[in-house]
Parts: sequence; C-alpha cells; structure tokens
Amino acid sequence: MTVTDIARDSVASALEQGKVESHLHPSGSYDVADHTAPTGREEVWRFTPLKRLKGLASDAVFNASTTEITWNTPDGVRVETVVGEEARGLRGLSGYKPSTLFGARILADVPETLLVDVPDEAEVAEPVIVNLVGSDADNTEAGHVVLRFGKFSKAVVVLRHTGSAALAQVVEISVGDGAQISVVSLQDWADDATHLTQTEALVGRDASYKHTAISFGGDLVRMDANVRYAAPGGSAEMLGLYFADAGQHIEHRLFVDHNEPKTKSNAVYKGALQGKGAHTVWIGNVLIRKAAEGITTFEENRNLILTDGTLCESVPNLEIETGEIEGAGHASATARFDDEQLFYLRSRGISEKEAQRLVVHGFFNDLIRKIDVPAIEEQLVKTVEDELAKNVIGKNI
Amino acid sequence: MSILQITDLHVTVDTDDGTKQILKGVTLTIKDGETHAIMGPNGSGKSTLAYTIAGHPKYTVTGGTITLDGVDVLEMSVDERARAGLFLAMQYPVEIPGVSVANFLRTAKTAIDGEAPKLRTWVKDVNAALGAADLDPTFSQRSVNEGFSGGEKKRHEIAQLGLLNPKVAVLDETDSGLDIDALKVVSEGVNRFAANGDKAVLLITHYTRILRYIKPDFVHVFVNGRIAEQGGAELADQLEATGYDKYVKAAV
Ligand SMILES: Nc1ncnc2c1ncn2[C@@H]1O[C@H](COP(=O)(O)OP(=O)(O)O)[C@@H](O)[C@H]1O
Ligand SMILES: [Mg+2]
Repeated sequence: MTVTDIARDSVASALEQGKVESHLHPSGSYDVADHTAPTGREEVWRFTPLKRLKGLASDAVFNASTTEITWNTPDGVRVETVVGEEARGLRGLSGYKPSTLFGARILADVPETLLVDVPDEAEVAEPVIVNLVGSDADNTEAGHVVLRFGKFSKAVVVLRHTGSAALAQVVEISVGDGAQISVVSLQDWADDATHLTQTEALVGRDASYKHTAISFGGDLVRMDANVRYAAPGGSAEMLGLYFADAGQHIEHRLFVDHNEPKTKSNAVYKGALQGKGAHTVWIGNVLIRKAAEGITTFEENRNLILTDGTLCESVPNLEIETGEIEGAGHASATARFDDEQLFYLRSRGISEKEAQRLVVHGFFNDLIRKIDVPAIEEQLVKTVEDELAKNVIGKNI
Repeated sequence: MSILQITDLHVTVDTDDGTKQILKGVTLTIKDGETHAIMGPNGSGKSTLAYTIAGHPKYTVTGGTITLDGVDVLEMSVDERARAGLFLAMQYPVEIPGVSVANFLRTAKTAIDGEAPKLRTWVKDVNAALGAADLDPTFSQRSVNEGFSGGEKKRHEIAQLGLLNPKVAVLDETDSGLDIDALKVVSEGVNRFAANGDKAVLLITHYTRILRYIKPDFVHVFVNGRIAEQGGAELADQLEATGYDKYVKAAV
C-alpha cells in the first residue's frame, strides 16, 4: 500500500504546535463520588457512541458475571480468582488511579480479582492463556484483572475474549524491574458484545513490556491502554491490530506517560475497515514530562479502507515538556487500496480479489510477526482471512 | 503460434487539465519468434502503449483494437490478459509491503497455470529463476520490490518472466538505470526467454545500449504517440548516430 502520510512530525514541529489544554494528566481518584457519568462532550469521550455502551460508562448495574473464565497454569505461575483482603490489596497495584467513573466503580465495587502472578525470576516459556467466554450480550458486568510480573521474570499472558457480553473491565499490570513481558488482549467477540476496558501498566526499571491489542469482534469495543514507568530505563512496545466491519465501533486509545528518564516507547497500530458504518478510532497520546530526559518515543497508526461508507479517525498527540529528548515522532496514515499495487499483482495473472487479499495480508503481516506469540499467530492469520471473506472476497463488494 | 496485433490504437489519459490524447493511431503486429524494439524519446507514449496492452485502468482506449491470436484483448481484465499469455516488465515495479517474493511468485504461478506448482520442484525452480537473474535465494523472503535497488527491481521482473513463461513479453525500459553487469543479466534473461522459439518480445527502450545484447528483428521509432519510422536492426545504429531530433521535429 502506498500511503500518504498526513502527519510525520519531528520533535520540532510537535513543539511548534504550542500548548494545548492538556487532558493527559488528570489527577484521578478512588472515590466513586468524585466522578460523574460522561456526557459525550468530554475530550476523552467525544468519539465513543455512549448510547451503545449499555450504561457501562455510567450507571449500569454490575450484575453477577455470566462470562466463563478458564486458563492454563504453566509451572511456576499462579492464576486464581481472589476475593476479600487479597483482592482489595491488588487495587491500584499498577498505580492506577481512576479518572473515569467506571474505573472507580470497578475498583470500589467488584468483589473479585482475577490474578495472574508470575514470581520473581520465573521464566515461563508457555504462554498463560486466559479465556473469557461471554454468554449474554445484555448482562452488564464488570471485571478486575491483575497481571503481576516479578523482577526479572519472563512471561507471555493472553487474555482472549470471545462470545457475547457487556463488560466493563480494568486490567492492571505490574512489570517488575528487569522483567520481559508480553501481554496480548484479543477481542474476538461475537457481533453483539460491548466491551469497555482500561489497561494500566507500570513498567519497572530496565524492564521491557509489550502490549498487543487485537480487536475484531463486538458491536462496540473501546480500549484505553496506558503505560507509566516506575523507574528509569523501561521500554514499552504497544502494538495493535483491528478490523472493523459494518456497524462496528472499535476504539483504541493509548497513553504513554514518559515520567522517568531514559525510557522508551514504540507504538504501532494498524487497522482495516470495511462495510457501511464501520468506525474506528485511534488516539495516540504521548506525554514527555520534564523529568523524562533522554527518552525515545515513536508512534504510528495506519489504516486501510477496504470499502466505501466507513469512518476512520486517527489522532496522534505528542506533548513535550522537556527539550532533552533522544527522539520523538509520530506518523498517521489512512489509505484505500492502492491501484498500482493491485495492477501490479493482477498483471501477473492474480485475480482482483486474490490481489486484495494479498495486499491486506501484507499490510498486517509485519505486525503479526512483531507480536511473536506463535500460539496465537496462526489463529490471527486465520481470523484476518475470515474477516476478509466477509466482504472483500465475499460478494458484498 | 501467437500473434499480438495492435491496430490504429488511440489512447487518452485523464489529467488534472482534462483528457489528454497520448496514442494517436498505433499499428503494430508482433509474431512469435520475433523481437521488436520500440525506441523513442521521453514522453512519446511508450509506457502508455505498454500499460494499455496490459490493461492499466488509468488509460482509456478511444479507438483501435488489440488482439492476441485473434482474441480481443481489450475485452479482458488485467489478470485475464496475463493468464492469456501477456507479460509486462514494468518501468517502475510496485512495492507490496508484507507480501514475500515467494508468496507472490507462487500465487502468480498458480493463477497463470490454473493449478499450484509441484511442491517438489517449485523451490528449486524459484531459486534457479532468481539465480539466473543474479538474485540470492534469500530474496524470496523479502517483500515484493520493497527496499530493492533499481537494478534488483528490474532483475526481479526478469526472474518473473522466466518463471511465468508468457507468450508475449513487453519490456518497458527494463534497461534503464542498470549498470553494465545488470544490463547483461537482463539481456541474457530476455534472450533465454526468446530462445524458446514460440515467444514474442516487445522491447521498449530509450537507448540503443541494450540492443548490443538483444538483437531486434524490427525497430520502430516512436514519436508523439505514433510510430514515425520502421526498419531492421540497422535503424537502431542510425538512431545511435543521429538521435531522435529529426523525427521529433517532423512530428511537430
Ligand atoms: N497517468 C498519467 N497521467 C497524466 N499524464 C500521463 C500519464 N501517463 C502518461 N502521461 C503523459 O503522457 C505522455 C506519454 O507518457 P509515457 O507513455 O509515460 O511516455 P514514455 O514512456 O515514452 O516516456 C507524457 O506527456 C506523460 O506526461
Ligand atoms: Mg516510459
């Protein structure tokens, strides 16, 4: 795909943009009474169709869960639903202090926490796969998940969401010093699911944290994936892949808070849209605080529009409070199928549909390789295939 | 037996300043076993002719015909033309990020032959075709044309020519931008293809240099959307000495 970069900015031009009233560092509060339900006029809610959220962001009753949760437990890993004192002790483990009503409600009201606990120095080769299978699209419910990775541990955790649910969720991730961690959140919901989720990660000294968000299914999926650093030297790789069909709203917001020196972040999100009313939102917020000298950050969002009638928003946003930066930049591009690419492939005898399929696979391929979790890679490729079959290869074009 | 017949071809392209007539009546017959060279200055419409034969959507045929063995080529889609035996080595091969050369070649071969190539011999065939174009076997793991040097792109086109084995090869300035070693590799590839006997070659070039390695049976001087003169290989030698000036002036 030949893409036209609508924004490829250097530090200099980002600084030129001048100071905008920042929504990037609200103070947050654990007290539910300090929060109000969103109206849709707030900067952080303006793209989200609140009416389709089933009240998850406001006053929905958090019912008993009808989502079945199962997991494997590789040697040395503890996975358990904990309650009471232990559950309460885990609230805010990632330093998360809610700036939304639903976040505060989940921390205050949800009695249990799903805990994945990887001890210090544990090296877990096999991925921990947590399957969350929803069974009722109208049952509003909420979940609190904590992934705790000890110092110098190495592990991969996959949260795989399937089925139907209306789920509000907070996922807190604590990455110990020197740990090397990969977390994948797969939203492969049925068409009628609603998922409002907030992931908050705290990255330890010299630790490396990879977070991959993959969203295919659901009527509405909104994920906020945030990263902060507990100490200097940490690095975060934020990957995302989404595919919106007719009528779907898929929203990914990231916020990387470079609050410590010598930290790194790299974000790559790629999306494809097809069908009437397919709507995707990507907001990439990066804040480089005054103390965060010597950091590097780059973020990139690319979207491929497969049919007419879709709506794609892509907003990179870099706020810089120090001049002492190693490197910072962002790129955002949204493009249709490139006629020249299709012509080239077809001039070799490849049919139009097959050519489109190749181009889309190519578009996602390097990202799928970066995820580097063989256990889900094959399924991912197949899911992309299935998505394409719905439209591009199917008869709807 | 194959004959590509182009008769009184008129082609326009839509530009920002409206529709522009580029080809103004091109007539050309190319039979198997023949190599035709089309030579002309920049902007004379050579690529337009090549793209129109291949069916690029940007070009509109406003008059004339193209047939391959009597069958109307203009009625065919781009991929149907390729499957019918037409091949275009492009002046500017297109990058396809994330699609490996191996995957691309396999998909193309399967489409052209109507069946998947035999697993047992395919990898060997690919490596041989790449090797003949002076490309390393590791090349097949790279994305199509992405990050290729100018010469690698052209040699990759020639490797495809060898693998896909069409009836008619149109080569659009495959020689431009090549150093002498790469030019020899490309020429050998074209000669190997032509040596099959039942193949036709339409070699589009700006310079006479490549004609030291590929001997044309016919040379056509292309100016301002038309063939201005035709002759044998000797016409190329004459162009080498005099350039296109006289034809360009005559065409104005
Ligand atoms: N896609 C296009 N859009 C606009 N103008 C074009 C396009 N293709 C060709 N032209 C114009 O048509 C003329 C012939 O171009 P081309 O066929 O590329 O010539 P050549 O290959 O002989 O250099 C030129 O004036 C060129 O600018
Ligand atoms: Mg040209």
